[in-house]
Amino acid sequence: MIEEQPTIPIDADRLVAEVQALRNEGWRLVQIGATSLGDRFELNYSFDRELRFRNLRLQIASADARLPSVSGVYFCAFLYENELHDLFGIQFDGLVLDFKGSFYRTATPFPFAAAPATATPAKPTA
Amino acid sequence: MANRTIIPFGPQHPVLPEPIHLDLVCEDEKVIEAIPSIGFIHRGLERLVEKKDFQEFVFVAERICGICSFIHGQAYCQGVEEIMQLPVPPRAHYLRTIWGELSRIHSHLLWLGLMADGFGFESLFMHSWRVRERVLDIIEATTGGRVIFGTCKVGGVRRDIDAATMKEILVKLADIERETREIVQVFVNDGTVKHRLCGVGVLSRDEAYALGCVGPTLRASGWKSDTRKLGYAAFKDLTFEPITRTDGDCYARTAVRCDEIFQSFDLIRQAAGKMPEGEIAVKVTGNPTGEFFSRVEQPRGEVVYYIKANGTKNLQRFRVRTPTFANVAGLVKTLQGCDLADVPILILTIDPCISCTER
Amino acid sequence: MSLFSMTGLVLKWLLRKPYTRRYPFEPRQPIPGSRGALAIDLSACVFCSICAKKCPTQAIEVDRAAKRWTIDRLRCISCNYCVENCPKKCLVLTTAHGIPTVTRDREVFQQASAPVAAK
Repeated sequence: MIEEQPTIPIDADRLVAEVQALRNEGWRLVQIGATSLGDRFELNYSFDRELRFRNLRLQIASADARLPSVSGVYFCAFLYENELHDLFGIQFDGLVLDFKGSFYRTATPFPFAAAPATATPAKPTA
Repeated sequence: MANRTIIPFGPQHPVLPEPIHLDLVCEDEKVIEAIPSIGFIHRGLERLVEKKDFQEFVFVAERICGICSFIHGQAYCQGVEEIMQLPVPPRAHYLRTIWGELSRIHSHLLWLGLMADGFGFESLFMHSWRVRERVLDIIEATTGGRVIFGTCKVGGVRRDIDAATMKEILVKLADIERETREIVQVFVNDGTVKHRLCGVGVLSRDEAYALGCVGPTLRASGWKSDTRKLGYAAFKDLTFEPITRTDGDCYARTAVRCDEIFQSFDLIRQAAGKMPEGEIAVKVTGNPTGEFFSRVEQPRGEVVYYIKANGTKNLQRFRVRTPTFANVAGLVKTLQGCDLADVPILILTIDPCISCTER
Repeated sequence: MSLFSMTGLVLKWLLRKPYTRRYPFEPRQPIPGSRGALAIDLSACVFCSICAKKCPTQAIEVDRAAKRWTIDRLRCISCNYCVENCPKKCLVLTTAHGIPTVTRDREVFQQASAPVAAK
């Protein structure tokens, strides 16, 4: 075991308050990431303080996904939230720096939004 | 009020090996605001887990970045091993540590060269890369690859280093260390270099932390933060202290990386001395179920691998947060209020690696 | 504050032979243990096509009926995965690296005993 990684489930409406509380305790934002579970997105907000790791987790419906932005609390969150918007189509309200979908130049819009289908490797057309 | 102009910087620029674009809002020669824009080389590697099984995926993980390739593979393997609770042999841990530190040396030497090129010191750039070639030769002789090592696999490593070769490597490394010192003393002591770097792009202690900076960028601002202190691989048995500076300027970031090269030489010597005999890999059976955030220190800082597996041979979710991604916020902050002429230096001091940022 | 800290290093290397090689007149000696081009011993191959299935870049194609083994050299990443998985140990990675090319061709290895399939 390398390290303990406690995961704390929270509700979407408590998100900004919980993140603000962690910021006040001196935690550093490590990453924000999402997993597509079909009709839901699972989001992980990871924090670190002196090499101790903590994770906030919430689930939202993937149809018309909307979340309050935490970029007002941690400025660096604007990177993760723009990434989530461009790859998953999650809309963030109150972004300090909103790229409006031009952060990643993806060929198809929201390429990560669908849940992965465990397919067999297809032969590339070389 | 002076006129405001927007100067596009990148995606192609002489100091940028990889494409990043910045819109610099300038007032005369001062940059008021910088808006970063990435995504020119988004390859969608995270979704490739659908096509490759979890053991094959090491090859993809190693190719996320060319320079810190081995540590990417190591982070991925450690994550899967943690989920599957694999008893990785201690010798494999030591070999991973040695290769990881060799990779840190070559990455930092590469960066020193780019930095010298960035402030126009061409001969210093040539000498940094000359020494780096010798490190690459050692890497090629032990792993088979020069930058893509390809030796890490789930459950251990693919190749061993025997005692005689290890001895030869240590002799060569002592020689390389002496040559590195000749170069590093120029970066640390030379008047022209200091004049260019001191006091430029200061990131205060609080700012660096609040902006989520990692690695040398954070340590140069006075934070003793090094993910290796988690004690993964063989680091729990080795003695080292994270290298810090307190100034938070470009010179401090350069000095931190300079010292880290010598720290890596020391760590390789320690690991070679303590390396136990035994197996180098365990057999992997079954598929992983569970999730883990694998955190490892790369040359550029902490990398986070999120691996979520649901018992099939393909992972359910694979996400990487690379150190450069975390440092972009710090870069945006240091660019505010800097001189236009300092922009290339400031971008270089976070050691940008855009391909791994976008995956 | 020193001003001429680089001078010693520059002068030292000014008096030495060049560090670089005059490639391509002076080719680089291969380093033992380097992972180079993939080679196959066709006489031992049983055309089980495990290498083709395991290859992370799908560089290898095996035609069991025609006893033909082909490789796209530009796709191969010399990862050694096929060599590790070959049941007959007929694959090996050499230390030689590929030569420059301007066309993307598949290299064909045909076992002589089989009739050459008309294609």
